[in-house]
Amino acid sequence: MNIQFRESLEAASPPTTKTAIADCDIHPARATRTELYPYLAKRWQHHLEIYGVHAYQGMMEGPPYPKAQPNASRRDAYPPEGGPQGSSLSFMQKQLLDPNNVQLGVLNPLNTGQGIRNHELSAALCSAINDWQIDKWTSKDNRLKGSIVVGNEDGLSAAAEIRERAGDKNFVQVLLLSRNVEPLGQRRYWPIYQAAEEAGLPVGVHAFGFGGNPITPSGWPSYYIEEMVGHSQCQQSALASLVLEGVFERFPKLKMVMIEAGFGWAPSLAWRLDKVWQRLRSEVPHVKRPPSEYIREQVWWTTQPMEDPERREDLFDVVNWIGWDRLLFATDYPHWDYDEPSRVLPAGVSDANREAFYLGNAKKLYGIS
Amino acid sequence: MARHVIAAVDELPPGTRKFLEIDGRPIAVFNIKGEYFGLMNRCPHQGAALCEGPLIGLAQSKDPGEIEYTKLGEIIRCPWHGWEFDIRTGQSYCDPRRFRVKAYPAQVEPGARVVKGPYVAETIPVKVESDYVVVEL
Repeated sequence: MNIQFRESLEAASPPTTKTAIADCDIHPARATRTELYPYLAKRWQHHLEIYGVHAYQGMMEGPPYPKAQPNASRRDAYPPEGGPQGSSLSFMQKQLLDPNNVQLGVLNPLNTGQGIRNHELSAALCSAINDWQIDKWTSKDNRLKGSIVVGNEDGLSAAAEIRERAGDKNFVQVLLLSRNVEPLGQRRYWPIYQAAEEAGLPVGVHAFGFGGNPITPSGWPSYYIEEMVGHSQCQQSALASLVLEGVFERFPKLKMVMIEAGFGWAPSLAWRLDKVWQRLRSEVPHVKRPPSEYIREQVWWTTQPMEDPERREDLFDVVNWIGWDRLLFATDYPHWDYDEPSRVLPAGVSDANREAFYLGNAKKLYGIS
Repeated sequence: MARHVIAAVDELPPGTRKFLEIDGRPIAVFNIKGEYFGLMNRCPHQGAALCEGPLIGLAQSKDPGEIEYTKLGEIIRCPWHGWEFDIRTGQSYCDPRRFRVKAYPAQVEPGARVVKGPYVAETIPVKVESDYVVVEL
């Protein structure tokens, strides 16, 4: 190993920015394998020790592709006290929250209890993750807000978890992943949308997941780089399903946040949906308006991975279609494809749009004053 | 171009690197099999502390299925986004026109010259009997 680490944090601090920002995709990690046990009934602790978990995907241990950097994370994000990247609140404060003037940080825990075939275990793990978010993170730093993680494949228990957490100011959204057993618009997931709508909570759909389906629509690819671009394909299917199954029609106050799959594809997907809907609308008469209308009214997008075309005008064209009021800045800390706040937005954006991009949209969507 | 003593040779054995700040600039100096290289420790892409990444080789391919792996231990890979730079030159292989990291010459000077010369170590006690790694910037 030829990895060496900084002698002091100061030597490695990223450039600081004075602009206050929201970071809408932060990944907190567990320091130890058993860190959730205090939040799990003995029955489930023993179950985990004896049987482990049985996921929908074939690869049981971690994600199916290598991740370019250890734990898919920045190599400078190991906490000094040990443990994986993202597992230390004090180090996250020093490395991310303080220097970047983060006023609102939305936590999206991954590798939780989602996508597990045993639905009771899935629900127990998700509930434990939610308790853990309060105990370890949100109650200790009021800039941080949690996402309610739910056992996504069992809509009823997921809805129960949402209702139990509704009104709890530690949480600002419900968290789903993009790879599920079925496309996200299907009926089994509707109780989740109903409960989220009732609670007034946006539903975040983060890239990844353990639905067991191939990572691309044409099968399992050879390379991690194909998985990276596959996230946008997956989210396109999810979004088309949400529109065409009538989720947005049925739940008009539902707000969806598409997390970590880019947004440059949004206009072309909407254009294509509109075009075919004009010709095939009798197949889906419950979709009463052009698909693009639902998308523009009910969907938000986190920025990381920030689109980075050669010509900034191309970026502005896309954002102008989506709306400057729809983008939520995100770093994806501590993951390796982290976006540095001071470096992602090209020049030529008005002060009002910059403020909305970095902070205003997120505060409004998540109800943070 | 000023010269700065950054370490006694014994303090920077082969396979190690040292991070320091000189004139407000973050610098990293590497000892690769007895050769010394200095680089600006800031990735030109988004500003990460570039030199905290691993040293790898350069993978190139003329045709699919043919992989040539050269420059072993001479390519630094950014700890954030994995951009790769040649530590001898600072050149990026993915977009050499737009992205280059500043390289600084580094070499060993005999202790006697370090003490007498125009460049005097401020923070490192200089012993005349030792050799010192010196970086130019």
